[in-house]
Amino acid sequence: MTSLAYTLTDSATMFRRQLRHIQRYPSLTGMLIGMPVVLLLLFVYVFGETLGAGLPGGGGDRSAYVNYLVPGLLLFAASGAAQGTAISMAMDMTEGIIDRFRTMAISRASVLTGHVLGSLLQTALCMAVLLGVALAIGFRPTATPLEWLAAAGVLLAAGFALTWLSVALGLISDSVETASNTPMFLILLPFLGSGFVPTDTMPTVLRWFADYQPFTPVTETLRGLLLGSGIGASALISLAWCAVISLLSYLWAKRAFRRRAAR
Amino acid sequence: MTVTTATRPAISVSGLRKSFGDKVVLDGIDLVVTEGTVFSLLGPNGAGKTTMVRILSTLVPAGGGSIRVAGHDLAKEPDAVRAAIGVTGQFSAVDNLLTGEENLKLMADLHHLGRVDGRRRIAQLVERFDLGEMARKPASVYSGGMRRRLDLAMTLVGEPRLIFLDEPTTGLDPRSRHAMWQIIRGLVADGVTIFLTTQYLDEADQLADRIAVLDHGRIVVEGTPDELKSRIPGGHILLRFGDPTALHTAARVLAAAQIDDDALTLQVPSDGDVRSLRAVLDRLDDAQIEVDRLSIHTPDLDDVFFAFTGTPVTAATADATTGGNR
Repeated sequence: MTSLAYTLTDSATMFRRQLRHIQRYPSLTGMLIGMPVVLLLLFVYVFGETLGAGLPGGGGDRSAYVNYLVPGLLLFAASGAAQGTAISMAMDMTEGIIDRFRTMAISRASVLTGHVLGSLLQTALCMAVLLGVALAIGFRPTATPLEWLAAAGVLLAAGFALTWLSVALGLISDSVETASNTPMFLILLPFLGSGFVPTDTMPTVLRWFADYQPFTPVTETLRGLLLGSGIGASALISLAWCAVISLLSYLWAKRAFRRRAAR
Repeated sequence: MTVTTATRPAISVSGLRKSFGDKVVLDGIDLVVTEGTVFSLLGPNGAGKTTMVRILSTLVPAGGGSIRVAGHDLAKEPDAVRAAIGVTGQFSAVDNLLTGEENLKLMADLHHLGRVDGRRRIAQLVERFDLGEMARKPASVYSGGMRRRLDLAMTLVGEPRLIFLDEPTTGLDPRSRHAMWQIIRGLVADGVTIFLTTQYLDEADQLADRIAVLDHGRIVVEGTPDELKSRIPGGHILLRFGDPTALHTAARVLAAAQIDDDALTLQVPSDGDVRSLRAVLDRLDDAQIEVDRLSIHTPDLDDVFFAFTGTPVTAATADATTGGNR
């Protein structure tokens, strides 16, 4: 076998290991799936009527708010899953097994690749459950199959970027506790963007931040694809953000893995 | 299996240095380990044993010196070295969320064993390491001894010809310790080369062909167990008597004894074998002297250190926690 083939085989092995971890540690997965669903129900049934009335165009209600909320909440689900990724990465690093891998003639990248693939699957699971519940309580997207596919692509790109970022955050954490706290800011970002309310209702400084932080264009792109609102430049900006964050986080994670392991 | 005259070095190290910051951990190490033998690095916590293993097993780069492991230059061909070695460290390297069998399967997959070969190998190892029913339980519920056995079994999946064992019995109860010794002897019988670190003289004595004593990053002495022991004066029989008369009579009978009037004890030099012990008792019997109590003191790491460094294991060295070894 060539070395590329070995890299693929080893990554697949590490991916299977992550799948077992997800299976053996169901409380973490449960929390990651549950949190966005709870938020969905809370925002729709508690705040939904009021927030719906404040949507642009006016006169919206609970059912209008479900449609507004879901795209941002899908990203919130990805942020939450990122926290799980950082935790499982840090757990791995605090155990001796990584040292064992490093004394074996296996592709170094496969350890990280396994984590990333496992996390992407977990993220997809969180989003799928959220989407299912959302559809059940009145989310009515207007997307064509092609738009659905594009939306899935955008979510995948965002999930990929967030996953690499959280792998890096997990690697630089000294303990599992730190790793569960550092990605907390990612969970706040959908709130400080167009995820829950339109940004033009915010005070100037906050609005400026909200308009230019990466979650907003991604949310707007998803909203456009799923519900037919205007996308404009958001799609391009989103993909650029995802590409830049993925690349930088990948390099950061690789470096952190090497340094961490050499101690 | 044919008996080969092994003279090729499995490990050769010269002028190895390593420091973390301004703390020198290894200070010019030279050693050669012959293929098919057990080489033991003996030393207290913090002497640099774990660092040595971490360097030789490609985990940490050396600070200086030239090293060849399994016929490959460590700095230039780390992957070739990795393909030839197996490492079982003092910190458990098993995946706690996986079962014993799944841990072994993970190793089989990473060694690219086929499905059939992998299964056969796993079944063999489960049997050999006496994992039995527990192989289907997650490693997190294993006892210390069992976890260590699984750890070593995982190392053996790839059938390495050179195995590093970093304090394989530290923290194990006596029975698990002896079980581990049996396993190590079995590996030696198969012709595997073993680089063993330990803080127990008796362990090195039981298993090793050659022993090197490491202290503060330097090798203070190296030789066969017999060579080392013959130079350690620490072994003796301690006899306690009921009254001063008996003590003094005994002291006259056993000429080479060291007397302690306050404790009513005599120290008779001995390497602890039955024949010399019987000789001492026979002479006391002939002189009709009652011995109150008898104990045998065999040389330990303290004696080794005292003999070769002139100082006992220092508090600073002995206090170094496991954290310092990482």
